[in-house]
Amino acid sequence: MKEQLPALLIVVPLVTALLSPLVAYFSTRLLRGLHLTALATSFACAVGTLIHALTEGTWHYRFGDWAPPWGIEYVIDPLSGVMAVLISLISVLVLLYAGPFLAEEGWLKKGIYYALYTLLTTGLLGMVITGDVFNLYVFLEISSLAAYALIASGGYKATVAAFRYVLIGTIGASLYLLGVGYLYAVTGSLNMADLAEKLQPLLAANSQAVLIAVLLIMVGMGIKMALFPLHGWLPDAYTYTSPAAIPFISGVMTKVMIYVLLRYCFFIFGAMNGVLPAVLEIVGWLAAAGIILASVMAIAQTDFRRMLAYSSVAQIGYIALGMAIGNYYGLIGAVLHILNHAVMKSCLFLVAGGVKWKTGEHAIAKYAEISRRMPVTMGVFLLGALSMIGIPPTAGFFSKWYLILGALDNQQWLYIVVIIVSSLLNAVYFFRVIEQAYLRKAEGEAKPEETLASVEIAIKNRGPELPYVMLVPIVVLGAGILLLGVCNNVIVTNILHYALPGGGL
Amino acid sequence: MGMGFLMDYRPLGAVLISLVAAALIILSKQHPKLQQGWTILAAVGKVVLVFSMLPEVLAGKILEVEPFFIAEGITLHLRADTTGMIFALLASVLWVLTSFYSFGYLRKQEKTHQTGYYASFAVCLSATMGIAFAANLLTFFVFYEILTIATYPLVVHNRDEESIKAGRKYLVYTLVAGQLFLIGIVWAQFAAGTGDFRPGGFLAGTAPNGALQLIFLLMILGTAVKAGVMPLHGWLPAAMVAPTPVSALLHAVAVVKAGAFGIIRIVGFVFGPQLLGELGVAEVLAWFAAFTIIVSSLIALGQDNLKRRLAFSTVGQLSYIVLGCSLLTPLGLLGGMYHIVAHAVMKITLFFCAGAIYITTHLTKVSQLKGIGRQMPYTMVAFTVGSLGITGLPFIVGFISKWNLASGAVQGGQAFYLVVLVLSALLSAAYFIPIVYAAFFQEPEGELAEHYYGEADKLMLVPLLLTAAVSVILGVFPNAGAHLYDLAAMSAQSIVNGQFIVGGW
Amino acid sequence: MQEFFTSYFIYWVIFLLFLLGPYGIIFKNNLIKKLMAMNVMQVAVILFFLVLGQKMGGEIPVEVPGLLGAGHYINPLPHALMLTAIVVSLATTGVSLALLLLVQKHYGVLEEDELLRRMNER
Repeated sequence: MKEQLPALLIVVPLVTALLSPLVAYFSTRLLRGLHLTALATSFACAVGTLIHALTEGTWHYRFGDWAPPWGIEYVIDPLSGVMAVLISLISVLVLLYAGPFLAEEGWLKKGIYYALYTLLTTGLLGMVITGDVFNLYVFLEISSLAAYALIASGGYKATVAAFRYVLIGTIGASLYLLGVGYLYAVTGSLNMADLAEKLQPLLAANSQAVLIAVLLIMVGMGIKMALFPLHGWLPDAYTYTSPAAIPFISGVMTKVMIYVLLRYCFFIFGAMNGVLPAVLEIVGWLAAAGIILASVMAIAQTDFRRMLAYSSVAQIGYIALGMAIGNYYGLIGAVLHILNHAVMKSCLFLVAGGVKWKTGEHAIAKYAEISRRMPVTMGVFLLGALSMIGIPPTAGFFSKWYLILGALDNQQWLYIVVIIVSSLLNAVYFFRVIEQAYLRKAEGEAKPEETLASVEIAIKNRGPELPYVMLVPIVVLGAGILLLGVCNNVIVTNILHYALPGGGL
Repeated sequence: MGMGFLMDYRPLGAVLISLVAAALIILSKQHPKLQQGWTILAAVGKVVLVFSMLPEVLAGKILEVEPFFIAEGITLHLRADTTGMIFALLASVLWVLTSFYSFGYLRKQEKTHQTGYYASFAVCLSATMGIAFAANLLTFFVFYEILTIATYPLVVHNRDEESIKAGRKYLVYTLVAGQLFLIGIVWAQFAAGTGDFRPGGFLAGTAPNGALQLIFLLMILGTAVKAGVMPLHGWLPAAMVAPTPVSALLHAVAVVKAGAFGIIRIVGFVFGPQLLGELGVAEVLAWFAAFTIIVSSLIALGQDNLKRRLAFSTVGQLSYIVLGCSLLTPLGLLGGMYHIVAHAVMKITLFFCAGAIYITTHLTKVSQLKGIGRQMPYTMVAFTVGSLGITGLPFIVGFISKWNLASGAVQGGQAFYLVVLVLSALLSAAYFIPIVYAAFFQEPEGELAEHYYGEADKLMLVPLLLTAAVSVILGVFPNAGAHLYDLAAMSAQSIVNGQFIVGGW
Repeated sequence: MQEFFTSYFIYWVIFLLFLLGPYGIIFKNNLIKKLMAMNVMQVAVILFFLVLGQKMGGEIPVEVPGLLGAGHYINPLPHALMLTAIVVSLATTGVSLALLLLVQKHYGVLEEDELLRRMNER
């Protein structure tokens, strides 16, 4: 059984997703139990494979026992292992949290929601552990299609946003596929390790076909990960989506895309080869511009989710900046920020959803006095906000620490300035919410209960601040922010040190 | 030398005890009495812990603990050396007094927001201990930023428009400063490969002089904001909207002294007097300090609001410490360090008096206080002691530090600063003595003529009499109680010698 | 015909075909037209892969009497890959059409400018 862990990691959620509508027809309780179990199994498999990769070296799993480069292999090294753990963990927590949002829906909607959600997880997990570039495309489309549909579930505005996302996302995916075509044309291989080997002489010789492939893949993934200025699809998609899905999509999906880019740049092409330094330089400048502009945009927002969406664009810039810095510390900063931001942003969207569930509000202006009614949730929000600003000892500070260290090493002063300025901009828009939630009094004479849309919500107000299935994921991720910060060294020296070029690979 | 270092968990305990208390205070939200109990328990426990280390530190031992790595290659490193002990002893003792004072103060207020108040206070004290005991730059910065954030709720305690504005101002100043400090820290860490504080500094020869000057500038900007060096002092008078116990302990002792203490660490333990002499930057700092001392006193003269007058007096007095450091002479360092103690006990007395007057009579202006000495004789006697101490009268503690500062200036051949010291003494007499004169020798007017309020609540009166008494006792016996003068002398000596341990005293 | 598929010229055709996609997606006002542009783009990519496998005088990769060396067959792998890509494109189209159906039902329009106007109203 143990030697099949990498396959189970993918197959268990995939099969569960396909069974989902059928199970839903018989029992929606069983449906929920089944999916939670499946994703938890996936999480256990991910942890198992990561431990294996750390103790016994990179795990090459041949699918159907076909030897690479002809067959498809799954490769779990410390980097993909840690990504798989991250994806499956957040997936379980958000699914747990989603329960109350779906309580009123019929069996069919529930079945479809669970199926899509689990498919999304499957696709993302597949993307990080596959060792084959075309297989990656397939998983990319599985996850994207699931995400399109999930985003559309948020209402009519979300449907329009989702349609736009389909168009733009498909351009991205097509560009990526075209890039893969070029790589295949010049090397005759689709296996990542094999490609890495065969591309070296071509990159050194500045082959035009490879150059085009690099650009196509960069732009394609740039769209998918919402790298400025290719981020246009993201704010609408994140704003209108159902709160039951967005914490997962926002936290993990763009991070997986940037992980793919990181794989290509540093494991397949090699950051020092041919045109790559120039390309990374451009990525760095775009990231720097994106960090500042998106932060400014975030300040201008009145909707909490939209603010978080722009903040995501900025934070993705941090990761891209780390890649552009490209030395050991820069990459540690980038990967650590993938983890940190996934946890922070999921957590903040969970909070946003929680507030929505409790009060029906998303406007920051309506957050007055919310801290009294939801002390735990807003406490976690506080932690997330401080982490986004980068106050020690929260997680966000330490990614910043490594990024600055890396930028200093390369003497990229502008990047340091950008990181610092962005921290301060983050402080502006997060303290605006903090002021609202903690210090302002609710305006007008009307008591909060009277302004609520429906009686249901008034009933919700009597119990605990949120149902426990919602509160637990919020608190777990909140604790995660603190743990990732205080224990960042455990991750850096035990995992990332072995996972990144320049470390002890 | 190795013999002197002992592994000991007490420095960590001193940090954690109030953090635990903060958690307990939040959990016992429904029981205000219990919250006060936790506060006192933690405060007394902290004093006991800190004092228990005193004999060993005086005997020339260094107690340190490195519980875990906080970033790659950097530990969370706490070390009780002579310099840190001064600050820790001071802050922990004054916290006990301030706690009792707070009980009396908050009791008389309508909206108390007590949970946030006591919890933030406890976190602030943890951060202060962390700053005092931090043995490397990153550890220092972590606690420094925690202090920044934990003070914010206390500044905005009143939850009104004015305090929210003051809170914003406070955040802008301190967060910007924190980010600049961060760049300096990362840079120093990068240049030297270490951030461990060492008497006499560790940066010599690690980078070109230009880079070192820039690092010094960044670090000093980061700390000088908290230390209120002009023109970076703007937040301090604004922050006076906070409740008086906060102004007393944080804006006269913990927060501002954290900035001043940071400057001591930077001058004495990061750069070292010798390197700074070569770089020629300490002189610039000394000019700014001298400028601040004079100008802030002039501004204080024009303030009618008692707390604002005290705030500007604080700004000026803090720069004595900065001046002492930047003289780079043993006696200057000694005087600067002892002035941390001297100014703390005197200024906290004055703030306690201002708070007692406000709570008893609701008077805030200097012009309203004519004849108040007849109603509140004990309070005003304490106020007189504090005032005379600030002016530098012999037999009060302020004289001790100022004498050493003056000697330090002579020692360094910089007699110009003697003029500054004398001028400032005259100016502080000019802004304090009229208050004392009016209180005792002028006929009551307005409010005080119509009402008889009587003496302040005992919970406020006893602490302020105690601190006034301590000012006198330390003025006669500078070593009384905690050997603070010896500690200051030992650490000045160790900085000059470039060694941790200078033998038992 | 074979000559056409193995020449460089075909790549220019594919290139133009591909650019039709982003062009339509950006400049067309009707959402269905945008969707069609997207499909054209996907077809261009599929065509690109198929052309990669072409060679002069190549046979379909089925064992035929008399033709045995691998050199005589066209490359079958791109065809296999494109089967998957076709399925993907089908699924994307399906999802998009479903979304458009919802949009049409609710807003009663598929012209983008009018749609945006109506969205802002509600």
